[in-house]
Amino acid sequence: MDTSRRHVLQLLGLSAAALAAPPVLDALAAGPPAAESKIGPAKGALTAKQWAMVIDTRKFKSEADVRPLVEACHSIHNVPHWDEKRWEIKWLWSTKYESAFSGTASGRFGPEALEDRPFLVLCNQCENPPCVRACPTRATWKREDGIVMMDFHRCIGCRFCMAACPFGARSFNYRDPRPAIKQTNKLFPTRMKGVVEKCSFCAERLAEGKKPACVEAAGGKLAFGDLFDAESEVRKLIRENYTIRRKINLGTEPAVYYIV
Amino acid sequence: MNDKKLIITGLVVFLMIVLFPFWYNRGKAVPPPEVKLTDKAKAAKECVLSKEYMRAEHMQILDLWREAVVRGGQRVYTNPKGKEFVMSLSNTCLDCHSNKADFCDKCHTYNSVRPYCYDCHIEPPKEKS
Repeated sequence: MDTSRRHVLQLLGLSAAALAAPPVLDALAAGPPAAESKIGPAKGALTAKQWAMVIDTRKFKSEADVRPLVEACHSIHNVPHWDEKRWEIKWLWSTKYESAFSGTASGRFGPEALEDRPFLVLCNQCENPPCVRACPTRATWKREDGIVMMDFHRCIGCRFCMAACPFGARSFNYRDPRPAIKQTNKLFPTRMKGVVEKCSFCAERLAEGKKPACVEAAGGKLAFGDLFDAESEVRKLIRENYTIRRKINLGTEPAVYYIV
Repeated sequence: MNDKKLIITGLVVFLMIVLFPFWYNRGKAVPPPEVKLTDKAKAAKECVLSKEYMRAEHMQILDLWREAVVRGGQRVYTNPKGKEFVMSLSNTCLDCHSNKADFCDKCHTYNSVRPYCYDCHIEPPKEKS
């Protein structure tokens, strides 16, 4: 068979047309009905460049001051309560001064006032979060408003983030959490076995224009606002009081400030 | 080709085994499931999008919603008719379709689909009948 140059070119042209046809046809075919619909934020959603929290530790005298806050957080987020310590799930909890500020606390001889004071600790929503860099599936990432968010759908339970977090702010569901939830909040999902969870600065409440549950329950002991807004409540408190943050030498830039 | 008999017997046995389920179940088609709508869903007349689209593609829109809410932080969906919905499986979808057993599960079971949504998302409590 003779193959002329013309014949080869014709074949090439036809093949190219055949390759190009499906995408064009797909585009011409009716697009999904979702094309005309819109997606947007809820009205009145709170926004910021970097959400931050100021905890006035002087106003927390004993565990009794802390408990309602933890209760508020854990009940609305369906955080399971295990008696077994190694299965514990924590979003917000309290610890001692020397544990919260290990490495910076004065150690042997510290101020007496701080010794018995409960220090609320939670995810620091770091400006430079090491957990985000450790996550292989991007199940955790930094949102535009500074919140270090978790996508429970995507978490594969590798726990790299827990190893990366210097604050122990993340907990792993070693078991199905459902039996350990006393009363489920129907408005918020639970988690499943094999997923990491942590505080999300109540991203779901901010979207409705509400402040985080712990801030609401604290009645002024906690302040919440935009760190990069010089006029915000948190900036005002940071300006007027001496504040410390946890493990700043690690360079993660925690967004939770403590007035001591 | 001395093993003709063996090969043919083998083939027949093989075909019998493979085709046994078809023969066994002949004429016994399981009727397609009929979903029940709650009164609330009936009153609303239309879902987020048309019935046909929702029936065939609801998983697509659920995926879109999940992506928008969790990763995009966007929570309100406006359908082509201009009606707004808060994008939430438990709080919006299951608010109308509160009869999961008679609505979702009917088709899912029939099609042998096992979505793991409800491992985490809370399904409405079973209504007393």
